[in-house]
Amino acid sequence: MQPRPRGFVQGLRATLVLSRAERRDVIVSAALLLAAALLPLIATDYWLSIGISIASFTVLATSWALFSGPTNYISLASAAFFGIGMYMVGAGLPYLPFPLLVLIAGVAGVLVSAVVGLATLRISGVYFVIFTLGLAELVRQVVAWAQHVMGASSGLYVLISISDPTLYWLLLGMATVVYLVGWFIGRSRLGFALRIIGNDEVVAVHCGINTARAKVVLFVISSTFASVTGALLAPRYSYVEPSIAFSPFLSFEVVIMALLGGVHRLWGPLVGVIPFTLLWEFISSKFPTQTTILLGACFLLIVYFIPRGVVGLLEDLFRQRYGALKALFKSGGGGRA
Amino acid sequence: MDRRSVIKLVGATALSAPFARVARAQDATVKIGVVGPRTGLMASGAAVTHFPQFKLWEHEVNARGGLKLKSGHKKVELIEYDDRSQPGETIKAVERLAADKVDFIMPIYGTGYNLAVAPVFDKLGYPQVTQAAVTDQIDTLTKRYPRLFIVQGSTTSYASSAVGVLKKLKDDGKIGNKVAVVNVADAFGIELANAGRGIFDKSGFEIVYDKSYPLGTQDLAPVMKSAKAANPDAFVAWSYPPDTFGLAELAKVENLNVKAYYSAVAVAFPAFKKKFGSAIENVLGCGGIQDSAEIRDFYKRHHDVTGVDADYWASPVYYSMLQMLTQTFESVGAMDREAITAHLKSHTFKTIIGEMDVRKQKLTRYWTVGQWQDGTFHAVAGVGFTDFKPVRLKTGWA
Amino acid sequence: MDVIIIGLLLGGNYAIMAMGLQLQYGVARIMNLASGEVLVCGAFGAIWLFTAYSLSPLLALIGVVPAAFVVNWAIYWLMILPLVKRAKTQGQLEVDCILATFGLSFMAIGILLAMFGGEFLAYSYLARPFEILGQPYSLNRVVAFLCSTVLCVGLYLWLHHTRAGLTLRAVSVNPSAAGLVSINVARTSALAFALGGAVSASGGALLSMFLTFDASTGVMFTMKALVIVIMGGLGDIRGSIIAAFILGLTETAVATYIDPGLTLAAAYVLFIVILLVRPEGLLGRPSS
Repeated sequence: MQPRPRGFVQGLRATLVLSRAERRDVIVSAALLLAAALLPLIATDYWLSIGISIASFTVLATSWALFSGPTNYISLASAAFFGIGMYMVGAGLPYLPFPLLVLIAGVAGVLVSAVVGLATLRISGVYFVIFTLGLAELVRQVVAWAQHVMGASSGLYVLISISDPTLYWLLLGMATVVYLVGWFIGRSRLGFALRIIGNDEVVAVHCGINTARAKVVLFVISSTFASVTGALLAPRYSYVEPSIAFSPFLSFEVVIMALLGGVHRLWGPLVGVIPFTLLWEFISSKFPTQTTILLGACFLLIVYFIPRGVVGLLEDLFRQRYGALKALFKSGGGGRA
Repeated sequence: MDRRSVIKLVGATALSAPFARVARAQDATVKIGVVGPRTGLMASGAAVTHFPQFKLWEHEVNARGGLKLKSGHKKVELIEYDDRSQPGETIKAVERLAADKVDFIMPIYGTGYNLAVAPVFDKLGYPQVTQAAVTDQIDTLTKRYPRLFIVQGSTTSYASSAVGVLKKLKDDGKIGNKVAVVNVADAFGIELANAGRGIFDKSGFEIVYDKSYPLGTQDLAPVMKSAKAANPDAFVAWSYPPDTFGLAELAKVENLNVKAYYSAVAVAFPAFKKKFGSAIENVLGCGGIQDSAEIRDFYKRHHDVTGVDADYWASPVYYSMLQMLTQTFESVGAMDREAITAHLKSHTFKTIIGEMDVRKQKLTRYWTVGQWQDGTFHAVAGVGFTDFKPVRLKTGWA
Repeated sequence: MDVIIIGLLLGGNYAIMAMGLQLQYGVARIMNLASGEVLVCGAFGAIWLFTAYSLSPLLALIGVVPAAFVVNWAIYWLMILPLVKRAKTQGQLEVDCILATFGLSFMAIGILLAMFGGEFLAYSYLARPFEILGQPYSLNRVVAFLCSTVLCVGLYLWLHHTRAGLTLRAVSVNPSAAGLVSINVARTSALAFALGGAVSASGGALLSMFLTFDASTGVMFTMKALVIVIMGGLGDIRGSIIAAFILGLTETAVATYIDPGLTLAAAYVLFIVILLVRPEGLLGRPSS
């Protein structure tokens, strides 16, 4: 039986009614956000760079999990949208101001992902994974070819400066938006529908849930965040070329960080991104000549010893020691109970 | 220990370790930072051109007792990081080096990577001297970053030199005016192709085949066959190492009958000669050297110390660049970054490729086109050089 | 006409690249992101044997294939099997495998880097023209094609006409049911995985005759293999073979008649179109 249809405003108001546990969540999150925002004021350039890395991957990984968490579809398309965003800025910079280009990058992300999302509804499982990989490569090839055909080497240089603190705060802002979106979705009818889809898609369809629309909406939201992030990072790289903007490695990194953290909690990817980034940094700086071997070894260790992601690990630890705090973590937004 | 304890221990160490940056061997040595791609897309080029140079430099400087500074002889110590061919990593590596308080950061490898770290170098006050950055925006970049020194020619100059070599052959009546042009669809290839196209037209050439192919194409046979079918007098490929090799092999198999064959990157690599042997005779490419006793000695030392054979394009320039830096360090007498920058802007230097002048933050003299003649890749064109060996015609692929 | 021949030669290349992964994923259900690195290891083995001992890559196969088989068996038994035993669902296993083999590929790259350095390696072998219908083709590519054909046909026959092959196919259709008919699923999966690795490595050895390799080139091969295996569908080895040849022919046709710049774009468009029309791949079984 369908829930009684309610108006948008009523629905919105309903989502804003918070239980005591949820109010506690919001306060804790706001405090953490404030603490994070202080980073540029206390950190050295080096640590701020790491902060930027963490912030951008948090946006990418959390928005990725918005789609892949509930649907259990692993998308390797992050690089495609990230690159599109970067290229919007790279190509448009001689003609339009940067903020407008970021907006355009978002719009481009919406349009492309809508088309792709609608097209891919019938594909599932590992076919979907490789499909998205092929998509990213297709976009890269088309862009490279277009550059040749248009005789363009213009627009590849992004020589405007955004200071590191500004970039960091922009990314932090984006991350906040991602969390808010995720939180709202979790509390809305869409979130309810997603939980059912995640558990059993056939049941969801039988309940009258429009699974197709739900999946496309999520895919669009997730991909748009990736485009905007790409656009924001373009000035940092100063030079936009296909192999850098559309690096397939980026897609894998996003997936791995999110999976490592755990995709069934909104804060899951965050606790994947932070240790992952710090671990990479640690290995890169302490073992410069054996970096790749050690990174690989770490992956293996993580897979074997932390099978349910950091989320699983943290929940195990807390369940053991602090049963009461279990309630605090369990109520944090969309995903399976 | 059970699994949980292991995880806690590893986790704690991992999280705390970055905070404890090991105090490196103190001021007894001059600390020099090196960043480059050991893995990833750019790794193969860096393995020949970039990393061995610093090993050679460190060896030679320390062998004579170290850098002769005002405070006495100081040996150099290299601190190296792998950027995995990702600009984000290059940025972090440079900042890490600055946090390690290195006295100088060596050239960065790759155009995109140099550009990504340019703002960082500028902000941190380190001079950024680099060879591995081919761009047409040299003036814009050097104006924006006053500490940036691009020890390299512009993209257009490479293209126009190549076309110039062919034009001379055409004007001398040695080849016809039909040219087949292909390029790899990646930054350098695209830029060279675009620059070259206009110059070909202006020089009276007829481009009978003009196509690009994606980076990583495994079979270039369709491209080679179509180019051959267009009956060109000359064949020009603005190509990267894998396709340079692929196209050359196909040209050999097809017995491509052109009197001039040019392939941009990697013709100057020793591996090219090793793979194709005598078939490379009279093939043209980027780079080239004008033989001299000093240069021959450099190649020998490079091989003996690093075990890697240097290439015939970037390597001698890299070495000269490092000679320039050594002379600067010793003239200034201290690792004072501002003084080093000022010195580079006001002096010229004697190196194995002759006088090196980067006073305007760019290179004034460099070899642009080389040709394999009798087993050596001789320069046949350049900017600021004269007295080149005459260009020979290609006579088959035996 | 030569477009067709070039396309077939290229298809042969692709078939070899994908065959190993097809065995590993189709039968052992392991999404091996390190398959490209295994291929590169095979190539490096052949290159080393050629440059150090002037051993023809075709003869080098004699050494490369068993070595790869043993190493991959060990990898399966020691690294993958614990994950298989632990996973409660196929989805969980896939995620674990993606992470684990990704880590494995990193380690492989690092080891190759330490052993061979970062520079790219190439040698010349059989780079002579071979005439087919009046047109010259690289002899080394023709030889690689022939070997690849022999391999694919051999594998197909083995899978469909021997008891061991039947066992493999049983496990690929339904591992738990296979267990019920007293098939040792673990050993069969290990066999498939090891066989897949050996095939990938031999592909690398053959490709080394005309392609350049360096420690980091594995990723490209993995991606291509993934695309071909998925395009072909997971049920049947013939799917990958057909997909490989379709891809080779398409790329060559596009390169000759449209624009070489669009070859890979066309390949991916083809891939996407096939999946849209048949979401389980060309010869795949519709997912349960």
